[in-house]
Amino acid sequence: MKAKVKTNDVILQTVTNVVAFIIILFSLRLFFSGHYTPGGGFIGGLMTSAAIVLLLLAYDIKTVATILPVDYKIITAIGLLFSVATGAGALLFDVPFLTHAYDYFHLPLLGKTSLHTAVLFDTGVYLVVIGVTMTIIQTIGVSE
Amino acid sequence: MSEIIRFFIGFFLVIGGFLSLVTAFGLLRLPDVYTRNHAASKSATLGVMSILLATFLYFYLEHGHFNSRLILAIIFIFVTAPVAGHLISRAAYNSGVKLWDKSVRDDLKDKEQYERQNSQ
Repeated sequence: MKAKVKTNDVILQTVTNVVAFIIILFSLRLFFSGHYTPGGGFIGGLMTSAAIVLLLLAYDIKTVATILPVDYKIITAIGLLFSVATGAGALLFDVPFLTHAYDYFHLPLLGKTSLHTAVLFDTGVYLVVIGVTMTIIQTIGVSE
Repeated sequence: MSEIIRFFIGFFLVIGGFLSLVTAFGLLRLPDVYTRNHAASKSATLGVMSILLATFLYFYLEHGHFNSRLILAIIFIFVTAPVAGHLISRAAYNSGVKLWDKSVRDDLKDKEQYERQNSQ
């Protein structure tokens, strides 16, 4: 109808400030629980980028760029590096590429915990998914 | 004891299902966007929250499994669903959707004229 409607987004912005934290916490939970329950790097990364997209909806691109001053293409590169390095690290121990290892450790607060190198691989997937999704959305959003 | 628990679980489930049905009837029968939005955002929120509460009680009291994600979902829906309704209504009003023809007053009708007077 009109080109410029004067907007007052205080309700959306206030709720976004609260809800973005809940979404990011839930995405981290999905990421860490991926080995034993549904979840993992892919869905966790998508959920984290959903929280950032919610911030982009409530504020504009410049504000979000000051809140999160990261270049998502570099995030994608770091994630790929993580995954390749975890796979190549197996070669140091004279086992095939992408062989993973795990063991049980007694951590001070958590007690008996199984630490697995697949988590490092999953971290790579997580970072790549965040980087690719945010690059796509920001590239589409900026071009006019 | 466990019969009382089962009664409460079933009570919340029936209430949730009934409120969802009320939402569907409201969406079909109410006349314009704003009244439909009123039906959808209120009763659907409470209905879904009741069903989630019944699910939480079932898994906690019958199986001893404390599922914190369901509590988080109840809080999340309680916070976000009314805001979604508000934004849909406001987007409809700002893009010029007419009110029901039997509406009696529209306080936002003279908003632009009022703002122009106050800014001068």
